[in-house]
Amino acid sequence: MQDTSTISAVFGRLSLDSVPIHVPIIVGTFAGVAALGIIVVAALTYFRLWGYLWKEWFTSVDHKKIGIMYLVLGIIMLLRGFADAIMMRAQQAIAFNGSEGFLPPEHYDQLFTAHGTIMIFFVAIPLVVGIVNFVMPLQIGARDVAFPYLNNLSFWLTVAGAILVMMSLFIGEFARTGWLSYAPLAETAFSPDSGVDYYLWSLEIAGIGTTLSGVNMIATIIKMRAPGMTMMKMPVFVWTALCSNILVVAIFPALTVAFFLLILDRYLGTAFFTNDNGGSPMLYWNMVWMWGHPEVYVLILPAFGIYSDITSTFTGKRLFGYTSMVYATAVITILSYIVWLHHFFTMGSGANVNAFFGIATMVIAIPTGAKVFNWLFTMYRGEIRFELPMMWVVAFMLTFVVGGMTGVLMAIPPADFVLHNSLFLVAHFHNVIIGGVVFGLFAGMTYWFPKAFGFKMNEFWGKVAFWGWVIGYWVAWTPIYFVGLMGTTRRINHFDDPTLQPFFIVAAIGVAIILVGILGFVMSIVMGIVQRDKTRDTSGDPWGARTLEWSTTSPPPEYNFAVTPIVYDLDAWQDMKEHGYKHPKDGFVAIHMPKNTATGIYLSGLAVALGFGMIWYMWWLAAISFAAILVIAIAHTFNYNREYSIPVDTVARNESRRDAQAAARI
Amino acid sequence: MSADLISKPTGKNASGRVYHRPEDDHHHAGGATMVGFFIYLMSDALIFASLFAAYGVLSRNYAGGPSPREIFELPLVALNTGLLLASSITFGIGMQAMVAGNVRGVIRWLIITGILGAAFVGVELHEFSGLIAEGATPQRSGFLSAFFTLVATHGTHVTFGIIWLVTLVFQLNKRGLTPDNTRRILCLSMFWHFLDIIWIGVFTFVYLFGAMR
Amino acid sequence: MVVMNPTGDIALQERNLILLSLAVMLVVVIPTMVLTVVFALRYRKGRSPHLYDPHFHHSTKLEMVIWLVPLAIILCLGVVTWITTNTLDPFRPIERIAADKPLPANAKHLDIQVVAMDWKWLFIYPEQGIATVNELALPVDVPVRFSITSTSQMNTFYAPTLAGMIYAMPGMQSQLHAVLNHAGDSWGFSGNYTGDGFSDMRFRLHGTDQAGFDQWVAKVKASTGALTTDNYLALEKPSNKTPVTYFSAAPQDLYGRILNRCVTPGTACLYELMAKDRAADRDNGGIMSMPAMEHSSGTHPMNSTMDHHQMAHPAESGT
Repeated sequence: MQDTSTISAVFGRLSLDSVPIHVPIIVGTFAGVAALGIIVVAALTYFRLWGYLWKEWFTSVDHKKIGIMYLVLGIIMLLRGFADAIMMRAQQAIAFNGSEGFLPPEHYDQLFTAHGTIMIFFVAIPLVVGIVNFVMPLQIGARDVAFPYLNNLSFWLTVAGAILVMMSLFIGEFARTGWLSYAPLAETAFSPDSGVDYYLWSLEIAGIGTTLSGVNMIATIIKMRAPGMTMMKMPVFVWTALCSNILVVAIFPALTVAFFLLILDRYLGTAFFTNDNGGSPMLYWNMVWMWGHPEVYVLILPAFGIYSDITSTFTGKRLFGYTSMVYATAVITILSYIVWLHHFFTMGSGANVNAFFGIATMVIAIPTGAKVFNWLFTMYRGEIRFELPMMWVVAFMLTFVVGGMTGVLMAIPPADFVLHNSLFLVAHFHNVIIGGVVFGLFAGMTYWFPKAFGFKMNEFWGKVAFWGWVIGYWVAWTPIYFVGLMGTTRRINHFDDPTLQPFFIVAAIGVAIILVGILGFVMSIVMGIVQRDKTRDTSGDPWGARTLEWSTTSPPPEYNFAVTPIVYDLDAWQDMKEHGYKHPKDGFVAIHMPKNTATGIYLSGLAVALGFGMIWYMWWLAAISFAAILVIAIAHTFNYNREYSIPVDTVARNESRRDAQAAARI
Repeated sequence: MSADLISKPTGKNASGRVYHRPEDDHHHAGGATMVGFFIYLMSDALIFASLFAAYGVLSRNYAGGPSPREIFELPLVALNTGLLLASSITFGIGMQAMVAGNVRGVIRWLIITGILGAAFVGVELHEFSGLIAEGATPQRSGFLSAFFTLVATHGTHVTFGIIWLVTLVFQLNKRGLTPDNTRRILCLSMFWHFLDIIWIGVFTFVYLFGAMR
Repeated sequence: MVVMNPTGDIALQERNLILLSLAVMLVVVIPTMVLTVVFALRYRKGRSPHLYDPHFHHSTKLEMVIWLVPLAIILCLGVVTWITTNTLDPFRPIERIAADKPLPANAKHLDIQVVAMDWKWLFIYPEQGIATVNELALPVDVPVRFSITSTSQMNTFYAPTLAGMIYAMPGMQSQLHAVLNHAGDSWGFSGNYTGDGFSDMRFRLHGTDQAGFDQWVAKVKASTGALTTDNYLALEKPSNKTPVTYFSAAPQDLYGRILNRCVTPGTACLYELMAKDRAADRDNGGIMSMPAMEHSSGTHPMNSTMDHHQMAHPAESGT
């Protein structure tokens, strides 16, 4: 008796049974991950890279490096989320005619929950935040973001959330409640295990990181634009980044509170979202969707910005209708806030309430449609170079309009009554998320890769990635639209109706084609590195682009710009080129930059420990971690010496080397 | 772009346009801090807005348990409101000392503010313990869950404000009114007044309206 | 594709609405896709250099068109939405049997009480005094009024051939009015994921003529076992792949007690708790009394067919 209470005081509810050694898939995955981990750690140790990574990357406050680390995180998590997708598609393709497939519900339910959670919170958000982080300060002619240290902390908090999600694979389990963990299913009464707690703590921690990042980016755009860059001379990507981050700051509080109240329900037994004692599950639905709907605009708006920049670069034209593009972005930002109820038209709100939210939702199609036409008329009378980024833009336009159309369709409440929660809905949001956000992210990564690393990604493999994704998307999701129209609801583990099977088999083939696309993308980076001497960019402007980030070297120096640029025109760099701009040869001064710091890593490590302690009821661990977080955060404020100076000589040397390189190329 | 900004026109070209100025440092002057902190406060305000909304939805769900009229002790809450409002005034006096460059004055008034804040938190804990002893626990009903969470979240914010304030007193004592410290006082001041405004909302919508039901 | 080939008039109208809106949207979507391809080919570098105009980036006329075309489409759809959201409101009683069959003047609707449980559907026929699990029989061309609630989870009542879906929620009641026009069997589902047994949570929708329906009722009545409180409490426990079960009798107040979460003897009913809560307030609920909570759960068991659901609903808020 004494023994068990000591053990539970130390380990909480964690026991050896929590480790799923009886599930072959997980053991296999663990073996694979462990082997890969050992190889990576061994390689890093062998090549003595730990010190380099720690000093130059992990503790870096340079927005470019943080942006790249966000992208690496997003791509790693994409592989995890996609592995879940493959398993789901395989399960649904074979679980017919009495076969239960290879995934029992308790495993399958974790998979679709993890897939959605990971793809939104740990793939889409990190990739978007990463690109904004890397590109936006360069586009506005700034040397860093407003709060470089906070930026590092935001990144590591996102990593902390991702680590908790990954831990749930091997210790305990993940939630089995769907990606938004609706109450009352996520209440202790129906989900007593650690899964929902993993979900809640990882997303609370990552959500704080995202919110802080949003604050940081808004302050940067408001306060740190280069002289002359008025709001209406900001590149469209900066505008979309601004609107996206305003949304982040405006909506994440609702999610944080919804999760916090659910945590209170689960840990203290309060009655917020319970069926009894005067709770209201519906309150949870409203709060998560008040976050959830604008969230898709947090993701898609920066993608729209990426398409805009790329289209104007590769058509050799200024963007058509810049002003209406800006207003369209702003209108979408505002409207996205007043449409959340369309996620539950079928909950029985009155007809007028439903009609209001339905029409408000459709109205978003007007500015979005205007945007599509703006890209279209940017192409009109252009001189289009079909490099990879531009190919992604055209694929986006053809794919996204279909997703937009099905979206407007479901905004009509009586149509939604038969389509809601069906696979038609699932096909719709994959249509806009893949065709809109993911295509945009790939376009953006391909476009800015040479800026980040000084050489291009491999073109052949880039085309494999492109065709794999585009064809794969259509093969995988067109049949899902149809099974939705056949009355199939989402999250089903096995089927009785054999007529559905061919559709799911085609969908599974589509996923295999997307896999080729993903591997192609990884290969295009690997081969890009291998053949980097062939595609090296010495000019800083490999695509003939128009905005400020292309006026500095590739990769840019840590201080971005040796001298602060002055902006006269929307396409600032194009304007400089047209006016015969010459790079300065002298007149440099010493540059003050923020020092690296490891505080962000320490705090995030402790956040993982705090979350883990709370998930497994190891109260001592949670208490100690929390106290340590406070102490370290306070200690950090006693450090007043946070800047260092780059001497004039170094700046001048860097800049003359750049000129020499450019001269050698000519 | 006014010409006086361009002290050394290095990038002049054929068209006469000047494409850069060789100054530096405007990036890290801390001008963005106030903007950034204000945005953070707006985000925090939305945290409270969400909690108010939750309270609004659940505030009539007593589930057969106690109603606000039965459990709220308005005199105690009025005392608490007085303490917090007074602490905002003392913080204001501290700010005047800061403008006057009087470090001792700032520290003195900050300490008084902190004591008032601690008294506020103390009274709140006293109120809570009384409620829980009566059986009006956060678990009893949706109304009580929402009430405790809203009020305690505000109280936790005040507690963090006090921790920040104590930290700042040490830093002021060590380094005086440096630009960094001045900026921190300004941020804390925004934070403190913000919590005051939130409390006005809590006092009005939770306590007064509740007692009137 | 059942959604495209429904057998109920409501689902048919919903299908037609989908086709109409798709047609309206395709008016602009198809030209956009065609133009994208045409422009991509035509203005490819080197294809037509004489057309290249780097300064073409603004045209007031064109931008008017760009905004007005989507606006016009959305205006049309908005009007359609406003009208159909009202006419196809699930809480609104049926106004016709089918497009060519008006509602007879003396038409009486069939009442069915639906309870979503973990993980099966319970159907109570109050007039017939019977209950079934996972089988729903409907006479064709008879308007039906479903009163829907749930024991524990948020489920969705979804019979795609019959009508659109609506949530089944614990402690709350939603309604669905529908009519089936063709005999035949099909499936109904829960549209909202509720845990382990969710995939098999479905019911047989058995459409038949009036004579067949009467026979079916007689068959259920002849089955052994009534749905007593004890039987109900046993049935309420989570179970998976529950076979079709008939109950020859069901208490008239059972549904009301399920809705008010007081089937277990000794449990206080929601309507009692809410009456007590309102009595505690001098303002008797104040401004909050109208929308949310009063309608959400406080239904008196004897009045369980009243139109109560969780949000203000002008058509019914007078109750």
